[in-house]
Amino acid sequence: MKILVVDDEADVQPLFLQRFRKEIKNHEVEFSFAQSGEEALKYLEEKHSEVVLILSDINMPGMSGIELLDHIRHDFNMPPQPVVMMITAYGDAENYRQAMDKGADDFLTKPLDFNLLKEKLKTISE
Amino acid sequence: MFFFTFLAAFLLTVRIRRSLKFSPIYPKWRAALTASGWIIIGLWFLFNYYFDSEVNEILGALVLAGIVSYLKKEPDFKSFEVLLFAHYPLIIAAFINGVVSLAFPDFFDKWDNFFLCAQLVAFGWIFARFATSKKQQEEIKRVNERKSELEVLVAQRTAEITKQRNELQDALKELQATQAQLIQQEKLASLGELTAGIAHEIQNPLNFVNNFSEVSMELIDEMEQELNKGDREEAMAIASDIKQNLEKIRHHGYRADGIVKGMLQHSRASSNVREPTNINTIADEYFRLAYHGLRAKDKSFNAELIANLDPNLPVINIVSQDVGRVLLNMFTNAFYAVHDKKKTAGPDYKPKVEVSTHTIHTISGSPNGIEIRVKDNGSGIPDAIKDKIMQPFFTTKPAGEGTGLGLSLSYDIIVKAHKGKIDINSKEGEGTEFVIFLPA
Repeated sequence: MKILVVDDEADVQPLFLQRFRKEIKNHEVEFSFAQSGEEALKYLEEKHSEVVLILSDINMPGMSGIELLDHIRHDFNMPPQPVVMMITAYGDAENYRQAMDKGADDFLTKPLDFNLLKEKLKTISE
Repeated sequence: MFFFTFLAAFLLTVRIRRSLKFSPIYPKWRAALTASGWIIIGLWFLFNYYFDSEVNEILGALVLAGIVSYLKKEPDFKSFEVLLFAHYPLIIAAFINGVVSLAFPDFFDKWDNFFLCAQLVAFGWIFARFATSKKQQEEIKRVNERKSELEVLVAQRTAEITKQRNELQDALKELQATQAQLIQQEKLASLGELTAGIAHEIQNPLNFVNNFSEVSMELIDEMEQELNKGDREEAMAIASDIKQNLEKIRHHGYRADGIVKGMLQHSRASSNVREPTNINTIADEYFRLAYHGLRAKDKSFNAELIANLDPNLPVINIVSQDVGRVLLNMFTNAFYAVHDKKKTAGPDYKPKVEVSTHTIHTISGSPNGIEIRVKDNGSGIPDAIKDKIMQPFFTTKPAGEGTGLGLSLSYDIIVKAHKGKIDINSKEGEGTEFVIFLPA
């Protein structure tokens, strides 16, 4: 399962790689990373059909996660539709409503609960 | 004719006594002057009885000369100099009269009238001079009176001015106290703007600290398992990951630490101590804080942040928290401007805020100072208010949202305290660029 993680914080990358160490080793998941919405879109241009899940931060300089979500739902409105989960430090109702309105599948708050995330991945892959 | 000299001497004492009547030195001289008047009369009778008129003429001249020369030596009678001088012609005339009448009686008899005339004229001269001297003295008296009047007036005015000055000084002290208070309020207001940004900025590194330490504990369990299995190579790989994680924990710990320190510095009263500072660090830090501060307050807000920081920027001596406040103010304004424009602009509008730093060189090529540019593509500053934006309490924000002190304090900090410059390039509807120059 290919997962694209979009976050402007570079250290998110080693964190995911280590948290999913076993899963990566067992080839259950494969991670790609983008540090901005723009970068994520560029990546999706080529490989949107491979990506099963997109985890995106909302609060990023430039294109926000919500805008990225909007693009994903409009520009790549063809099957297979990726699952999009929004992540934010501001876990308020307004952010949640916006994300859901724009077509997010799930909404997670920082700090990320990786065990919860793994549970959710299981349901997706099944 | 020696009558004239004695009369003149007598009158002289009388006149002086009268003139002195209201002066402070009168008691000192009253007795002496009265006595000398009587002595002169006594002498006249005495000489008249014992000597011929020719001898008396000479004696009279000597008596008068004696009195005049005595008075001239006394500093108390300085103001009578004109009067005293006026007696010389009479003394000389009387003396010549006496000598000629003794030595050349025939010649004298022949020119008798002429000698008499000379003495009369000399005597009359004294009166004329006395009148002039009296006038002069009156004039001096009037001038003195006027002078003391003026002195009283001057004293009054001085008292008034001193009072006014004291009042102004009190008012100034009060104003300075108010200003200090306002500056503190402005700092607190901007701290309020920052709080959300700071919370976000601290939360992020804290999340990393938590996450990396958790994952490291898991990794250690895994490493133990690998070692038990005897897979030394895998255990070594895990160990190197753990080391990397610890490095990350430390890095994010310091990051949070720096933010807290920066926040404390921001709210603390300025120490006014200049320290060698890398402007890039402050610019980057406040750029993010300002962005997240606004972002946390208004979820719909977003902007592209561009930082072009000159990696060779020289370190300069500045009061870093003051300059940091200036930058924060500029960033907040820039974000506010793009946010403002986004409300009215179409969907194609991309809010953009850029900070750049540059080294400014002299003609000879050595660093002269640094330049910080804060540029936005926001709503711009209307020409009508361009002159006013640096004025204290001027704000375009709704009541209660801005203190109106941000730019005015920025001006004080950059221009007055750091001898730098602030230039503004702005076009209404297109954007604004603030250019700050700080000398090396």
